Amino acid sequence: MMGFLYENRIQAAVTFILFFLVFLFMLLSPQTFLSGRIYMAYMATIPFAGIMALAMTFVVTAGEIDLSFPSVLAASGYAFAVFFELTGMPLAGVLAGLAVGVLAGLLNGLLVVGMGVPAIIATIGTQFFWRGATILVADGLALSLTEIRGTLFHDLVAGRLWGIFPAQFLWFAGLFVLFALVHSRHVFGDAVRFVGDNALAARTMGIAVARTRILVFVLMGLCAALSGILLTTEMASWWPTQGEGYMLIVFASVFIGGTSVYGGAGTMYGTLVGAIIIGIIEAGILASGLSGFWTRMVHGCVILFAVSLFAWMQAGSRRL
Amino acid sequence: MEPLLLVRSLKKRYGQVIALAGVDLDLMPGEVLGLLGDNGAGKTTFIRLISGVETPDGGSMHLQNRSIDWKRYTVSSARKLGVETVHQDRALGEKQPIWRNFFMGRHYSNALGFIDANRERREVAEVLKKTLGLSGAGLHPDAPVSVLSGGERQGLAIGRAMFFDADLVILDEPTTALAHGEVEKVLRFVEEIRQKGKAAIMVSHNLAHVHRCCDRFVFFDRGRTVGNYRKEDLSLPELIGLFTGFASEGGLG
Repeated sequence: MMGFLYENRIQAAVTFILFFLVFLFMLLSPQTFLSGRIYMAYMATIPFAGIMALAMTFVVTAGEIDLSFPSVLAASGYAFAVFFELTGMPLAGVLAGLAVGVLAGLLNGLLVVGMGVPAIIATIGTQFFWRGATILVADGLALSLTEIRGTLFHDLVAGRLWGIFPAQFLWFAGLFVLFALVHSRHVFGDAVRFVGDNALAARTMGIAVARTRILVFVLMGLCAALSGILLTTEMASWWPTQGEGYMLIVFASVFIGGTSVYGGAGTMYGTLVGAIIIGIIEAGILASGLSGFWTRMVHGCVILFAVSLFAWMQAGSRRL
Repeated sequence: MEPLLLVRSLKKRYGQVIALAGVDLDLMPGEVLGLLGDNGAGKTTFIRLISGVETPDGGSMHLQNRSIDWKRYTVSSARKLGVETVHQDRALGEKQPIWRNFFMGRHYSNALGFIDANRERREVAEVLKKTLGLSGAGLHPDAPVSVLSGGERQGLAIGRAMFFDADLVILDEPTTALAHGEVEKVLRFVEEIRQKGKAAIMVSHNLAHVHRCCDRFVFFDRGRTVGNYRKEDLSLPELIGLFTGFASEGGLG
């Protein structure tokens, strides 16, 4: 038992932080946190950033970074909304949205791997490009999709099962299980780890380094698109600044989860718990009777505490 | 007997730098060859071409009596033809557990690409214990490579190459930067390769190590093969004399 805890000490620590916060909120606001409704609300909101945080875990493990995803989310959400309105078929919208996501990911991958532009610079560029292109095409106007509310598609991706349970959380949970398996047990996840750890060694040992690096960007684009489709469906509308709030939340989730900024190591479980931690704080603070102005500072404290703890753990196990 | 490896006028350049200007080399099955030369002579480039990491600009190669099509020659095709390489930098991912490193680039995986981690752990545990004699504390398949010493890392890299039952084992500077006891271990590994009747190419700066392990010595200079001697024709002092003359004058005089 102790051995297992030690082996998975980062996961154990992040789980402890989550339980501590939930316990604290229960003490401060028992009427809210001892009933089920708040948890249903959380399950409705956490998946949008959570899905992207799961994909970002692959990107960061590969030693890369992607700052373009909030704009890719908006571009894909727009393609989804427009194609749904044109055809009346949600599935056509989904295909268009996902295609935009894959295209955006491929563009990032080609810039970084093909042209050799550092990922942080290339994706700042594509971040502006996709936001700008989308606003231009949309003429800066939001789109209302109220007609999507009655469709089976809406029930499946953003409906409320039994009247209360948010369907998007099931998609998020399913994606988590799949990604966790791929990250820890699939040859692609293994290639991602080695590329982030030592790309030269990976190439020498026959791992397709360039392909792996391009694929993590494509995966990130695909998940940003998925998130954009879910968000547009849940809100039954698309708006030009869609996704802008997710930038720091996604990175915070990944790093609270213990994924190394240096690449080569990370856990999907950590990211899942990290996304939940980040996702519960705001409502927890409001329910506790504090003003919303506290939210960012508490986010900051949790992030600083978690990353300091991981740095300390790493220093303890380092052998020089 | 047909040569296991037959290389003719192999060429490789990096931008303006000519790394290999035309290398010819033969290797018989079961033969252990020492590859010698000064820094920049092209030894490591040659190794990287033979093991499929990089593609040459010209020249031909026959391996196991097959003509190699360079466009299709990759690390995994080299492995399929029985070539295993221990690279100079060991080619290990430090943060990854030993078992992942052992099967890096060639995991046991099912049709969907999922890795059989338990089987890999089991086989690695066996190799660590029996073949490598690495049974120190913390040396289990799940330990990250970062906790291993230089010698243990080299042992892991060599053990990895040996495990896959190659016909040709290539070792690039296997004894560099190792403690004395660890060097002895590595040299015994190389001797073991010969005892098993497998061929090997050993690149080293240390002439004593090369003279002890190898049957034949080939000299590289500025990207060309310039000398070829059998061990029985050349004592260690003679080898050292040749090498120094050659490194200082850039020719065999």
